[in-house]
Amino acid sequence: MTKTAKTASQLQLNDQGELIHLLTLEGLSKEHILHILDTAKQFVAVSEADREVKKVPLLRGKNVFNLFFENSTRTRTTFEIAAKRLSADVVNLDIQTSSTAKGETLLDTIDNLVAMQADIFVVRHKTTGAPVEVAAHLPPHVHVINAGDGTNQHPTQGLLDMYTMRHYKQDFSKIKVAIIGDIVHSRVAKSNIHALTTLGCPEIRAIGPESLLPKDLNMMGVKIYNNIEEGLKDVDVVMTLRIQKERMEAGQVPEGDEFFKQWGLTKERLRLAKPDAIVMHPGPKNREVEIASDVADGPQAVILKQVTFGIAVRMAVMSIVAGN
Amino acid sequence: MTNIKDMPQAEELYKTLLEQLKERQKSGAQFQLAGLASGGAWVAERLAKDLGLANNGVINVSFHRDDYSEKGVKAFNSAEGMSTKLPFDVEGAYIILVDDVLDTGRTVRAALNELFDYGRPAKVDLAVLADRHRRQLPVDATFKGARVNVADDQILVLEQSDNGQFVFSTESKE
Repeated sequence: MTKTAKTASQLQLNDQGELIHLLTLEGLSKEHILHILDTAKQFVAVSEADREVKKVPLLRGKNVFNLFFENSTRTRTTFEIAAKRLSADVVNLDIQTSSTAKGETLLDTIDNLVAMQADIFVVRHKTTGAPVEVAAHLPPHVHVINAGDGTNQHPTQGLLDMYTMRHYKQDFSKIKVAIIGDIVHSRVAKSNIHALTTLGCPEIRAIGPESLLPKDLNMMGVKIYNNIEEGLKDVDVVMTLRIQKERMEAGQVPEGDEFFKQWGLTKERLRLAKPDAIVMHPGPKNREVEIASDVADGPQAVILKQVTFGIAVRMAVMSIVAGN
Repeated sequence: MTNIKDMPQAEELYKTLLEQLKERQKSGAQFQLAGLASGGAWVAERLAKDLGLANNGVINVSFHRDDYSEKGVKAFNSAEGMSTKLPFDVEGAYIILVDDVLDTGRTVRAALNELFDYGRPAKVDLAVLADRHRRQLPVDATFKGARVNVADDQILVLEQSDNGQFVFSTESKE
């Protein structure tokens, strides 16, 4: 994994150190991350109510291909909206009915799409490193954005989470962040941990049963809590995660009710965090499994703001890679 | 390098521009000011105060610049993070765009596109402190402080001191 990640962080920059792909947040510099967040801030205005035309012409004439080899609603839709607000032409490939299903390799599919004048590929794949493989294969004027690869990275989600935390809490050096639940299968958690570390967050906590926490968390500077009450004490940000049953063997974790009892974010437990703590979730969320309904819909939840900010962040990433 | 004595005097240009806009106001015209980020926004803010207007708008032209394909989002930097904000109804309004320097006319083209994303104004004029008259597009200003001469390899930069006074200086193009 380390080898792939290293290659990924080198591959995503050109010789001038500019971002030409977004593959991983591991090893992406603070300057690059802040540049993306600052640019995203400008794009938030494009979606605001008083602007009649919610579209700008930066990517006019460019072709964006959404290649989702794994299911997704939110991520694919927000990438599509982001590309359209930049005036790009967007093609969504339905992989279930595509040539891949007929046995074509990933790189053959890519070659064919490059022959159709693709400019940006947004790639989600169940295999770790698939977007890196695509980026390494492409001519220099074509860009790749990783929309989630296996259990490895989901950089745009990590960035929109950073945008959300910065929006509500301003200074990363002053916040404690707790991530609860299925971290071992979560590319979102990994991207968040990398970005938070780079941005100088002094305390990142991982809360969950041992079977759902990766072994190398300590090495990443993350504090481990096997008790949710202790872990939530005085934190500024609480991030809950979905249990990814599709990536697990049966019996690896307690089911629904049992999990909720031990690890679910309830109103009572949330009171242990700072009174102005925000509650985040990358979605899709399972109510009364990892998060109680009255918390998910409560005043501290910023889950839907994450979705809205996600559009601006993806607009920023697309305009930065396509402009370099 | 422009000699100090040849440097456009921003404060004098500002007074000239203010007088022209006061005349327009006296004629009974009701207009709104929208300054181009960042220098033009400072000028618009001061003009709005001196003309007794309730507020002024800000226009960030970044999204409509024509040099994105060359410069990427680096082209956004000149707006210094200011977002477009128009605290009045654009639809049917008489709007005067305000900028510090009019040069090729490309920024004004972009500003018009940005403005029209917010509605259809009845009339649009342009007011600038300094006109470098090197137009590449059919654009001109109705109100201007003065035509100025600056060496081609120099950029004319407006600065505002803490007491609100304007000063022009020049920087070499990169």
